[in-house]
Amino acid sequence: MAKQLLKGNEAFAEAAIRAGCEGFFGYPITPSTEFLEHMAKRMPELGRAFVQAESEVAAINMVYGAVCTGKRAMTASSSPGISLMMEGISYIAGTEVPAVIVNVMRGGPGLGNIAPSQGDYYQMVKGGGHGDYFPIVLAPASVQEAIDQIGLAFDLADKYRSVVHVIVDGNIGQMMEPAELPPMRPLPKDVPEWAVNGAKGRAARSLSSIYIDPKDEEVTNIRLVRRWMEIEKNEVRYTEYFLDDAEIAVIGFGTAGRVASSAINQAREEGIKVGLFRPITLAPFPKKQIEDLSKHVKSILVVEMNSGMMLDDIQSIVQGRVPVEFFGRMGGVTPFPDEILDEIRRVNTNEAVINGQVRAEWLDRLEKLIEEGK
Amino acid sequence: MMLAEKQTMDLIYQRPESLSDAITHYCPGCTHGIAHRLVAEVIDEMGLREKTIGVAPVGCSVFAYNYFNTDYVEAAHGRAPAMATGIKRVLPDRTVYTYQGDGDLASIGMAEIMHVAARGENITVIFINNAIYGMTGGQMAPTTLPGMRTTSSPNGRDVELSGYPIRMSEMLATMDGAGYIVRRSLHNPANIRKAKKAIRLAFETQEHGLGFSMVELLSSCPTNWKVTPNEALTFIADHMVPVFPLDDFKVHPAIANLKV
Repeated sequence: MAKQLLKGNEAFAEAAIRAGCEGFFGYPITPSTEFLEHMAKRMPELGRAFVQAESEVAAINMVYGAVCTGKRAMTASSSPGISLMMEGISYIAGTEVPAVIVNVMRGGPGLGNIAPSQGDYYQMVKGGGHGDYFPIVLAPASVQEAIDQIGLAFDLADKYRSVVHVIVDGNIGQMMEPAELPPMRPLPKDVPEWAVNGAKGRAARSLSSIYIDPKDEEVTNIRLVRRWMEIEKNEVRYTEYFLDDAEIAVIGFGTAGRVASSAINQAREEGIKVGLFRPITLAPFPKKQIEDLSKHVKSILVVEMNSGMMLDDIQSIVQGRVPVEFFGRMGGVTPFPDEILDEIRRVNTNEAVINGQVRAEWLDRLEKLIEEGK
Repeated sequence: MMLAEKQTMDLIYQRPESLSDAITHYCPGCTHGIAHRLVAEVIDEMGLREKTIGVAPVGCSVFAYNYFNTDYVEAAHGRAPAMATGIKRVLPDRTVYTYQGDGDLASIGMAEIMHVAARGENITVIFINNAIYGMTGGQMAPTTLPGMRTTSSPNGRDVELSGYPIRMSEMLATMDGAGYIVRRSLHNPANIRKAKKAIRLAFETQEHGLGFSMVELLSSCPTNWKVTPNEALTFIADHMVPVFPLDDFKVHPAIANLKV
């Protein structure tokens, strides 16, 4: 299949269909709505299920019901809608059934705005819903990567009977760029041995997230943690750019990582030895790789479109071996490459120090930038 | 001699195949057991056991999936109609029903129940209305009668402070997507027989693809009403029926003419 000019959200929806999604349940919310619109058009013509639910709360519980039958099903939403889904996501995790959830993130907290953001890092990566569970979180940085990772998300969800989040910011959902869609996969004929689909010729089954005896719940928790450790061992994904001889490592995911790569190209032209480490799985997080990186570079610059949420994770891995600096834009503002280039230059000229003031110093610089009209 | 006599005996009453042999956790005098049995008898009689998927609620019947010998899922509080929608849409040839109480269906799940009916989702709902939150220990429900004492309306439900009971069947019958909406009661054998017929017709509505169906069952909660089982049944007849009249609120013409 050749490359086409594709709009992010529509392409992701089509990728999900081609990965064998048989049920889509959603509620309109900017900047993810085109996902739902594409599903509204395509799913019925393929004889697959589409429901525009009355709320995100209902949508995720429709997904919950559909995936309990062993079929691939999903939803897509944006930050405030994902908050509403957290109840259902916890139940899905507790029932150990696979589900794929796409979050096209926007500025917040609260109603916030409809501009691109990465402010849901904590909510997505650290669980978000109640109870002990670990979602897999994929963070693509382009339309093509998102297309590929939606197929991967369904495979991982099935393999580990896990919740898989694909998180992109509004930029990637809304932009058009050349990308190639995968071929249509045939729908699986086999029904998983745990699925609830009518007890024809077998003993009745039930699926539930309730374990009324704490001892049984603990056994379930242990199983979930063990499964998570297996995921951590097998499924870490990341990409590296110009890191071989780098003295400064920029770490950023999604759009922030992509914008940073433009800044790195320019910095390299200026002779600055800088490279990019871009985590693709935010959970499992590439801990080992970042730890190794911190042993080879002089400093690390974390770039995000939030207040430094991944920064906290990186600091806990680097443990003060090298200074970790931060630059972020918030509230739906996407950083420009020249802003990140200035940060790279700053870290390159003024030796970064460890003083525990990373966030405070960044805020001072950011306020100055805003005063300058950036 | 004894053996020969035994062999001639006919088995006239037994557990329906669609009920499991688990011992339930329901309190003495609670009508959940009757409702479970009626649903199981109907599923058996219609030959639906091997294609039925039940959706359990949060509330006293949270463990319904242990008591039925059919496939079952356990929903989040109030979300059973949404979960049932997801199941029915990907497996349209299965029989899907929810079993929900008044807190689950008429309070936290109000949006889900109204919209499942509006969509004409081809599922069946068994709605147990006992005017109280049983599992959490007797708090006021959306169907609690005016003046009724609960742990969260200790002086009796004051309509000035906490409003009026909600009549779900009447409201749902206004939905174009609904095919069968009736209210029955479980307070005596005559009414139990009528309830069973209604459950049968609700499942027939689904099997005939005629849209959303619901049977509301007025039920007892002697434990939290703080009365004896017998007093509880009298309470239904004397106090609940006047507020929640037993009636057919919507019956699809094809079902009205159905002989079962």
